[in-house]
Amino acid sequence: MKKIEAIIKPFKLEEVKEALTGVGIKGITVTEVKGFGRQKGHTEIYRGAEYVVDFLPKVKIEVVVETELVPKVVEAIMDVARTGKIGDGKIFVLPVEEVIRIRTGERGVNAL
Amino acid sequence: MLKGSLVPLVGIGLAWGMWMEPASVWAAEASKLDSGDTAWLLVSTALVMLMTPGLALFYGGMARKKNVLNTIMLSFVCLCLVSVQWVLWGYSLSFGPDLGGIIGGLDFLGLRGVGFEPLEGQSIPHQLFMMFQGMFAVITPALITGALVERMKFSSFVVFLMSWCTLVYAPLAHWVWGKGWLAGLGALDFAGGTVVHISSGVSALAACLLLGRRKGVGSEPMHPNNLPMTVTGAALLWFGWFGFNAGSALTAGAVAANALVVTHTASAMAACAWMGVEWLHRGKPTALGTVTGAVAGLVGITPAAGYVGVGGALAIGLGAGIFCYLAVVRLKPALGYDDSLDVFGVHGVGGTWGALATGIFATSGIPGSSDGLLAGNLNQFLVQVLATAVTWLMSFGFTLGILLAVKGIMGLRVAEEEEMLGLDLSIHGERGYGLELAEGGLSKSAGLGTHTLAATVSRPVSGPLGT
Repeated sequence: MKKIEAIIKPFKLEEVKEALTGVGIKGITVTEVKGFGRQKGHTEIYRGAEYVVDFLPKVKIEVVVETELVPKVVEAIMDVARTGKIGDGKIFVLPVEEVIRIRTGERGVNAL
Repeated sequence: MLKGSLVPLVGIGLAWGMWMEPASVWAAEASKLDSGDTAWLLVSTALVMLMTPGLALFYGGMARKKNVLNTIMLSFVCLCLVSVQWVLWGYSLSFGPDLGGIIGGLDFLGLRGVGFEPLEGQSIPHQLFMMFQGMFAVITPALITGALVERMKFSSFVVFLMSWCTLVYAPLAHWVWGKGWLAGLGALDFAGGTVVHISSGVSALAACLLLGRRKGVGSEPMHPNNLPMTVTGAALLWFGWFGFNAGSALTAGAVAANALVVTHTASAMAACAWMGVEWLHRGKPTALGTVTGAVAGLVGITPAAGYVGVGGALAIGLGAGIFCYLAVVRLKPALGYDDSLDVFGVHGVGGTWGALATGIFATSGIPGSSDGLLAGNLNQFLVQVLATAVTWLMSFGFTLGILLAVKGIMGLRVAEEEEMLGLDLSIHGERGYGLELAEGGLSKSAGLGTHTLAATVSRPVSGPLGT
């Protein structure tokens, strides 16, 4: 099993969710996050005082899948989250040791 | 009923002369009271009252998230404390029988002898006049608080507040409105350009110079926590200002109507001016700038509202928008003082411009007004310059003196740790916004997400801010 973490532009969340459902994903976790990468921040002005905002709002999606499904999931995210402009985000793939469904105690792929 | 409920508050010592017997008053007043004037002043008093909570929202939205409640409280507590101070001794010092043109006598202490019959030359109950004026006494020190936010001890502020109202506001109000020496010279101040705006703006400058800069000014971003709240507050100020200026006519007639028209026009013009200048200068028309411009226009027209027409209002609004913008965006950074929410930039500069502009644009075409510079009356302009200069000196000197004394006795600033934690938690033990991360938590540890949140909930005081 692998965990896929994708940092994406917030307005792409809905499309990504639909694409993931399309490849058979049954659940995802979404967090509003802030951070910076190669995309520059922006400037805000309050009564003449200028602030450069380094941390930009992004959305982090976490999904755990069977290893075989990883290429399809990655492809689905890339398809819809890509705008071609800097700041589209990143996808991380991490190994997952164990999954347990709290309600039933099921373990492994069955618990996904 | 009023008498019964207030007596325990003011103590037996004052109670003896608290109220005249109403029965003896009703008969005398019937001939002089005007129901239309009284109705308008009742409404105006309520309108001006709403300005102080409006100011609390205006300022509150501009503070950082960790200081929103303290910022609101600084204004709101003025409404509470000064209202009590006003009926006990503030009104008497301001409007009691004149003592040498300097201060009012103690005859009205605890509202003794302040009944319902109109004062000479007025057509509203004396007590209504007292309460209307009380709302001005409330909002004036509240305006100062914009320069003190995010670092001042609340206890020290309360002591400063009571001293300032007694030693600065009361004499100034007496000089201009209470038959004092400035009124004797013929200084024109319809609704408080000197008494309210120059006094609060210049006092704010003195206060922030003595108080020092907030930690992190210039090096850390200091984002307003809720600009929609600031816009709401500005809208309430604009709304309440109709009572402030048009109510200052003390009648419901032509002068009030003129004041309302020029007040609205100047505010709108100044908002356009600020927005336009900012757009040209910085490339973007901001919401904060536009509403600040509106307030600057209201400040500018305040002394002039009973003395100028629409042409003068447009000129005063234009000047207020531009001069206040320059003071806030150019002067403040150049001189480096931390007038946190621009009280001096808006009220000090706007009030000064308004007081001088009254001497320029005043026209005897308005009932009860005299001519200004443009109508060939240089003398009126010079009197305005004198009134402005005196108010500047008085406000700056006395505020500095009071604050130095308070500093010596109890200190002015919160501890550095408390300032970093935020005054909402360190002074009031509460926070403005539900389960949000306390300010600083997210930017210092971006993306910590739900774990940090849980820690904040269980240990609110020593959460991520306890650095």
